[in-house]
Amino acid sequence: MKKFSPAIKLTPLLRDATKVTLKISEKAIAKKEQVSNFMTDIADVFLFILRIFKETFSRNFEFREFFYQCYKIGYKTLPLISITGAIMGLVLTIQSRPTLANFGAVSLLPGMVAVSLIREMGPVITALICAGKIGSGMGAELGSMRVTEQIDAMEVSSTNPMKFLVVPRVLAATVMIPILILYADALGILGSWAGANIKGDVTFGLFFRQAFRYVDFVDFLPAVIKSVFFGAVIGIVGCYKGYNAGRGTESVGVAANSAVVIGSLLVIIMDMIAVQITDML
Amino acid sequence: MTNRKSVIEIENLSKSFGNQMVLKNISLKLLNGENLAVLGKSGTGKSVLIKCIVGLLKSDGGTINVFEKNVTSISRQELGEIRMKIGFLFQSGALYDSMTVKQNLEFPLRRIKRDLSEIEIKEKINEVLEQVGLAEALDKMPSQLSGGMRKRISLARTIIVDPMIMLYDEPTTGLDPATSDEISTLINDIQKRYKTSSIIITHDIRCAQKTADRVIMLNDGTVYQEGKIEDFEKSADPLIKSFFI
Ligand SMILES: Nc1ncnc2c1ncn2[C@@H]1O[C@H](COP(=O)(O)OP(=O)(O)OP(=O)(O)O)[C@@H](O)[C@H]1O
Ligand SMILES: [Mg+2]
Repeated sequence: MKKFSPAIKLTPLLRDATKVTLKISEKAIAKKEQVSNFMTDIADVFLFILRIFKETFSRNFEFREFFYQCYKIGYKTLPLISITGAIMGLVLTIQSRPTLANFGAVSLLPGMVAVSLIREMGPVITALICAGKIGSGMGAELGSMRVTEQIDAMEVSSTNPMKFLVVPRVLAATVMIPILILYADALGILGSWAGANIKGDVTFGLFFRQAFRYVDFVDFLPAVIKSVFFGAVIGIVGCYKGYNAGRGTESVGVAANSAVVIGSLLVIIMDMIAVQITDML
Repeated sequence: MTNRKSVIEIENLSKSFGNQMVLKNISLKLLNGENLAVLGKSGTGKSVLIKCIVGLLKSDGGTINVFEKNVTSISRQELGEIRMKIGFLFQSGALYDSMTVKQNLEFPLRRIKRDLSEIEIKEKINEVLEQVGLAEALDKMPSQLSGGMRKRISLARTIIVDPMIMLYDEPTTGLDPATSDEISTLINDIQKRYKTSSIIITHDIRCAQKTADRVIMLNDGTVYQEGKIEDFEKSADPLIKSFFI
C-alpha cells in the first residue's frame, strides 16, 4: 500500500481540482457568449480542419469547383499582385541603394533585393494582400450563403457543403497563393531591375545573374513551404468564418472582416515561427 | 382512406436555442398522401419544426421518424438517403446567388438523380418551369428576379426531383392572390400526380383552405389544435378566429 500513498494523498486534491474546474466551467457556460467561446472556438476550428482533411480524401472530389476556385483566385488577385510585386522591388532597390553606395557595395544590390524579396517581402506582403482579397471574399461569400440558407439548401439536396464549398476553396488557396507569391517575387525582381536602371545602366541578363548569385536553395525552399502554409491558413480562416457565420445580414460583414483580421494576424505570427525554424536549420 | 400509414411521425419533439424554448413536446403525424397545413403565429417555431425533420437542426429531445427511420439518431449517410426523398422549400427561397436559374434547377437534379441524360435533364427543367409559369426565366440570375419569381423558381427547384415528401415553408407568402392560387393549385397537382405527402406551413388561409386535408395549429411551441379546416372555420377560439378574417 505504501507505494500508492502519494496517489491517495493526491486524490482529495484532485477532487478539489475537479470541483473548481466544474465551477469555472459552469460560470463559463453561464457567460457563454463571452468567455467559453474562446475554448469552444479553438475546439471548433480543430474539428473544422479535421473535417476538411477527411472530406479532401473521401470519394467524389469536386474537381470542377476546385479548378473554378483556382481560376477565380488567380483572376481576382493578379492585377493587384502584379502592381504590388513590381513596386515592392522598385522601392526596395531605390531605398537601399544610397546605403549600399556608402559602402561601395552597389554591386551587391541585386542579390540583396532578391534575397529579401524571396525570403520575406514577397511571401508576407503577398499573403497579406491575399488575406485581404481572397480571405475576405471567401468569408463574405460563404457567410452570405449561410445567412440566406443556401448552405442548408445544399445540404438537403444531398450535397455535402463542406465538400462542395469548403474543400475546393481551401485547396485552391493552398495551391494558388504560393504560385502568386512566386509570381510576385518574379515581378519584384523585374521592378528592382527597373529601379536599378534609374540611376545606372544594367542589362537584365547581368542584373539577373547578379541577383541569383546570392540566392540559395536554402532561401527558396523554406519560403515556398511557408507560402503553402500561408495559403492554407488564409483559406481555412476565410471558409471557417463564412461557414460559421451567425444569423442576420450583419453576420456577413462580421465574417468577412474577421476573416481578414485573423488571417493577416496568423500570417504574421506564422512568419515569425517560420523565421525561428529556418534560423535553427 | 383505409390503412393509411404515416410517413412522418414526430413524438415529444423539443428544441430550444439557449434558454429560449421554441418547441415544447410536439407530437404529430403526416399520413401518406395527405396535405397537412400547419398554421401558427410568427415565431412559434414552424420553420424550426421542419428543419428538425430534415436534420438541419438537431432536436434536444423526442423522436422524429421519417419512413420509419429515426432521423435524430441515424448516420450521415442514411440521413442523406432520406433527404433525397424529401423536398424542402425554404421560406427565404435560398436560391444559389452565383448560379443562373438553369444551374439552380440542375443542381439537385444532377446530384440526386445521377443517371439522367442531358436531354432528360433539359426536359425536366422545362417541365417544372412550365409548372411554375416561368419558362422565360431560364437564363436569368436570381438577383434579376422579383421576390415572387424567386419563390416560384425555388419551388420549381424543390419539386424537380419528384420528392415523396414535400415540406413547404410559406409557399405563398408575398405573392399576389392570383399567383397564390396558382401555387395552391400546383401543390394539389403535385399531391395528385406524384402521390406526395406534404406539410404546408402557411399564414395564408386561402392556401390552407384550398390545399389542406388536415390542419394543425401551433402556438407557443405546442400543438394548439388539430382537425379539418371546416372545424377551424367554425371555431369560436379567438386565436383561431384571428386567422380566419
Ligand atoms: N438557428 C437559430 N438560432 C437561434 N434562434 C433561432 C434559430 N432558428 C430559429 N430561432 C428562433 O426560434 C423561434 C422560432 O423561429 P421560426 O423561424 O421557427 O418561426 P416561424 O414559426 O417559422 O415564424 P415565421 O412565421 O415568421 O416564419 C424564433 O424566436 C427564432 O428567433
Ligand atoms: Mg418560418
